[in-house]
Amino acid sequence: MNFEYAPAPESRAIVDIKPSYGLFIDGDFVDGHGTAFKSVNPATEETLAEIAEADAADVDRAVKAARKAFRGWSRMPGRERSKYLYRIARIIQERSRELAVLESIDNGKPIKESRDVDVPIVAAHFFYYAGWADKLEHAGLGANPQPLGVAGQVIPWNFPLLMLAWKIAPALACGNTVVLKPAETTPLTALLFAEICQQADLPNGVVNIVTGAGATGEALVTHPDVDKVAFTGSTGVGKAIARSIAGTDKKATLELGGKAANIVFDDAPIDQAVEGIVGGIFFNQGHVCCAGSRLLLQESVAEEVMAKLKRRMATLRVGDPLDKNTDIGAINSAAQLARIRALAEIGEDEGAERWSPPCELPSAGYWFPPTVFTGVSQAHRIAREEIFGPVLSVLTFRTPAEAVEKANNTPYGLSAGVWTEKGSRILFMADRLRAGVVWANTFNKFDPASPFGGYKESGYGREGGRQGLSAYLKAGA
Amino acid sequence: MPVTASTAPSPGLSAYADVTASEASLRRFLHGLPGVDQVGAEARAAGLGTRSIKTTAKALALDLAITMVDLTTLEGQDTPGKVRALANKALRPDPADPTCPAVAAVCVYGDMVGVVKEVVGDKVNVAAVATAFPSGRASMEVKLADTREAVAAGADEIDMVIDRGAFLAGRYLQVYEEIVAVKEACGSAHLKVIFETGELQTYDNVRRASWLAMLAGTDFIKTSTGKVQPAATLPVTLVMLEAVRDFREATGVQIGVKPAGGIRTAKDAIKYLVMVNEVAGPDWLTPTWFRFGASTLLNELLMQRTKLATGRYSGPDYFTLD
Repeated sequence: MNFEYAPAPESRAIVDIKPSYGLFIDGDFVDGHGTAFKSVNPATEETLAEIAEADAADVDRAVKAARKAFRGWSRMPGRERSKYLYRIARIIQERSRELAVLESIDNGKPIKESRDVDVPIVAAHFFYYAGWADKLEHAGLGANPQPLGVAGQVIPWNFPLLMLAWKIAPALACGNTVVLKPAETTPLTALLFAEICQQADLPNGVVNIVTGAGATGEALVTHPDVDKVAFTGSTGVGKAIARSIAGTDKKATLELGGKAANIVFDDAPIDQAVEGIVGGIFFNQGHVCCAGSRLLLQESVAEEVMAKLKRRMATLRVGDPLDKNTDIGAINSAAQLARIRALAEIGEDEGAERWSPPCELPSAGYWFPPTVFTGVSQAHRIAREEIFGPVLSVLTFRTPAEAVEKANNTPYGLSAGVWTEKGSRILFMADRLRAGVVWANTFNKFDPASPFGGYKESGYGREGGRQGLSAYLKAGA
Repeated sequence: MPVTASTAPSPGLSAYADVTASEASLRRFLHGLPGVDQVGAEARAAGLGTRSIKTTAKALALDLAITMVDLTTLEGQDTPGKVRALANKALRPDPADPTCPAVAAVCVYGDMVGVVKEVVGDKVNVAAVATAFPSGRASMEVKLADTREAVAAGADEIDMVIDRGAFLAGRYLQVYEEIVAVKEACGSAHLKVIFETGELQTYDNVRRASWLAMLAGTDFIKTSTGKVQPAATLPVTLVMLEAVRDFREATGVQIGVKPAGGIRTAKDAIKYLVMVNEVAGPDWLTPTWFRFGASTLLNELLMQRTKLATGRYSGPDYFTLD
């Protein structure tokens, strides 16, 4: 019989979106001096709020505030800094539903992901680094490691709050102060986080949030008084940042694009591998730098896996991000949708076979159905370029050596997945895959204790874990 | 309601004749099935458990769940009086509401089959546990006699237990042959094979036992006796639903699934229905192909049903004990 799930929308009454937002500088919301822009709900195209744009002078004010606050914050005993971080973590938990709903409205991701993945990991990140604040002498950087100073941080739109946590929590724990620029399409949760900083009585200037697009980000990372640049985003922008800070003494960590191979051997737990494939590419609409966007199937099981994968994809529910049963939400912006469409068309033109399950897309908003391309070879652009959408390219291999070769044959190296019931093969593969993270019999698992970062064009530096501390500390005298 | 599964052997099954030709070939086949990753299976089950079933969908699910209940009493202290009361409950779960559907079956020990039959006639099926339930520790003759006696007393369905000792010792062909023999003894009665998944322990074993029983010709695969903890769980049922789905794809034969024991709340029951819907598919969403082995679950379903209809939550005293 037909079991239709009735709509189960999460109420948006819990969030109070203001008509306009200023910049958060030195503990207060202030007007920006650039040209204000709008943040849009990608599921409906409705304008959510007007956001101030920080011009170079605003960025300068924010950096000065951070510099002024650095003196007190860096000299504060670690155990006192940790109290603030614990307080922030607890407030995030208390306000988790508000944060999750706002994140889904502004970003388009399904509420089940913002509620069950993003926000819990955000809180966990603050808890984790709160614990480090008074133990920095165990970071592996000598007995008396020192903070770097003012960190200029630029984050992407795919995990707005989670990337904020990855950047701010370790920076603050180590005694740095920060100026953070959220992405122009998803600034709202960062601005709500600014309110949380106020609620936690965080000293003024320790966290500053400046909103804007590329020009604001450029003003921030090139500001002469910024000691450390942390960026997560596209490889193109990452390279531009690296060029712009070359020759300065700024330290930098860059977490960039990826084209991860998800490798399924013939002795894999097939049903769980199918789940891992689906989670690997369709989680967060595929807007994930470590997404498993290249599926490498051993030829002997390729047909079986593809049949199961297609059947599973037909059960994915695409639609209203606030519906608790939605699996795939909206594409974050019109520009991103255009890019996904363009690359999908190139895939077809180059001869790959395109398939999507029958699924009705809402008329307003930005949507793309879950899509898989079979018959893809290494020469296809959809096997080379990061699509950053719910589009999977399927390739096959015959032997473990061939799998390694194909997996590594990419300018990127952020993550990889290996599916096999054979333990020794997992170790064999993990040794040879040039990727920052190798998941075995799972995919897209994140934990604050586990470092994350890339090889090659996927960037440098590590975030998370003890390793993540070295991005914000220098060895002391 | 009578079950209507086809009893004619499917041509798809003949492709597997070689598999059950010898102990060695059967073992090779069962151990060649894809493994089950425990973490992944449990995560998938938990993920399906977060589906939010509200309003009209919930009303549909509650009624469907009621029609899938095998209302069960399997106690040493069962008496004809107690069993008659339960049989009446099966016919009219909610005497206050004539729109409330009957359950699928009443599940009792073999000696109580006649008592149930007197009350329910042909309106509700009678299921009997057999084959030295719950341990399965008896000779083949005793198990078959147990089965025949229950069928002769009028049982529509037989719930047998497998010999877990033989399974865990790797004597798969013995388990296979027992199921084949019991199936034959069932005649026209439908056979459910209980694995006691709490004793098989690993999901790999659950998948192997599922294929073993399906190849042997069972009509249903069932998780547990209710006498061993853990009984039915969502991940175990997930693995079994994947097995019946794959088996139908391979052979064209559809097999039913019955989680039993430990399902107590309406919310849990709905999670199982979501899982049936999304893993095996809507074809399994009928009492012909999916059952709940339960007792206290029924009143929980009734209370939620009344609450949904009236907006008020009545206490347990507003629903009959049995």
